[in-house]
Amino acid sequence: MRGLAAVAALALLAVAGCAKPARDDLYVLMPGQDGKTGVLSVESGGQQAVLDQPYAAARVKEPGRVEAGTVTEQEARQAFSAALAAQPGRPTSFILYFLEGRDELTPESKQVIGSILAEIARRPAPEIIVIGHTDRVGTVPYNDALSLRRAERVRDELIKAGIPAESIRVAGRGEREPLIPTPDEVPEPRNRRVEINVR
Amino acid sequence: MGPARGAPREAADPEETSMSRPSVSLVVSAFLVTVLPVWVTAEEAGHVKVAKGAVQIERTGEKLPAMVGAPVQPGDVVTTGPDGSVGITFLDNSLLSAGPNSVLSIDRFAFDSTTHQGSFESSLKQGTLAVVSGKLAKQSPEAMRVRTPAAVLGVRGTEFLVRTGDSKN
Repeated sequence: MRGLAAVAALALLAVAGCAKPARDDLYVLMPGQDGKTGVLSVESGGQQAVLDQPYAAARVKEPGRVEAGTVTEQEARQAFSAALAAQPGRPTSFILYFLEGRDELTPESKQVIGSILAEIARRPAPEIIVIGHTDRVGTVPYNDALSLRRAERVRDELIKAGIPAESIRVAGRGEREPLIPTPDEVPEPRNRRVEINVR
Repeated sequence: MGPARGAPREAADPEETSMSRPSVSLVVSAFLVTVLPVWVTAEEAGHVKVAKGAVQIERTGEKLPAMVGAPVQPGDVVTTGPDGSVGITFLDNSLLSAGPNSVLSIDRFAFDSTTHQGSFESSLKQGTLAVVSGKLAKQSPEAMRVRTPAAVLGVRGTEFLVRTGDSKN
């Protein structure tokens, strides 16, 4: 008799368990900061939802049960407030331009150094990636060396301004990645540049 | 984004240079520091940029406090306490941040900074996660996957939120 009661109690529990969803999963597609919204597919036990609108959402209450819907911006921000607050700063980049054939910044670009330093200063554990480029005047090896010299020149400026050397990486890409594509041996000031990525 | 959007500038990230010289001695790397980046190891996937409250990184059985600036490696499991949250910037510029009571496993991270190919697989075992995808997902829609105990997420770009866990009583 007692055994039967236990079985009945277990059965009741099982029914109650079924009524309550096993999981509390929520997946939300957010609008991109650049105004574009991406696409997120949510697959669970052979069921799939494709989210492609801002605040489109999928809930999974048990594996294999995907319910598509939407949430409001407020709901999303509330449910994920701590995760969103902990989001690292977006990586950003700057471009500095150089005088032809030299590792000397243009006067305009010298003015930009200050805002780069400010950007670095307001980031925790900043990483700085300095990449030198040239236009297509000169040989490939010459431009490889020139691009690296330009990057190192910018790095030295940053170090002089107090940025720790170990947080900076440099690379020279020569004439391989022109901002403005040109035939060989064409001078193009916009390609004589160094990009500084800060993250 | 910067002014050079669309240009293949990211290809110049010099991680390969350092990865191709894993055995460079300290003395030599000190000498080369002006030319070669020495602080990016092949094992590195990203860095902690934000850490609030209790945050730990479990790595090969050890529990390390996740301080701002700490490297994150493939295989790491990042956990947050009831008051904890953490934000990580990865080498491909992906941003992952987790709220309290979260368990985030970095299952795989490989990024070729020249081609932007590779893969990034992570699992949120429980908790909340905000993701901004980076260059890997931009290069290939197959490159980034996020798993939870109940679902697999395919990422074709940009920003999304994940919450997973048993339903509360």
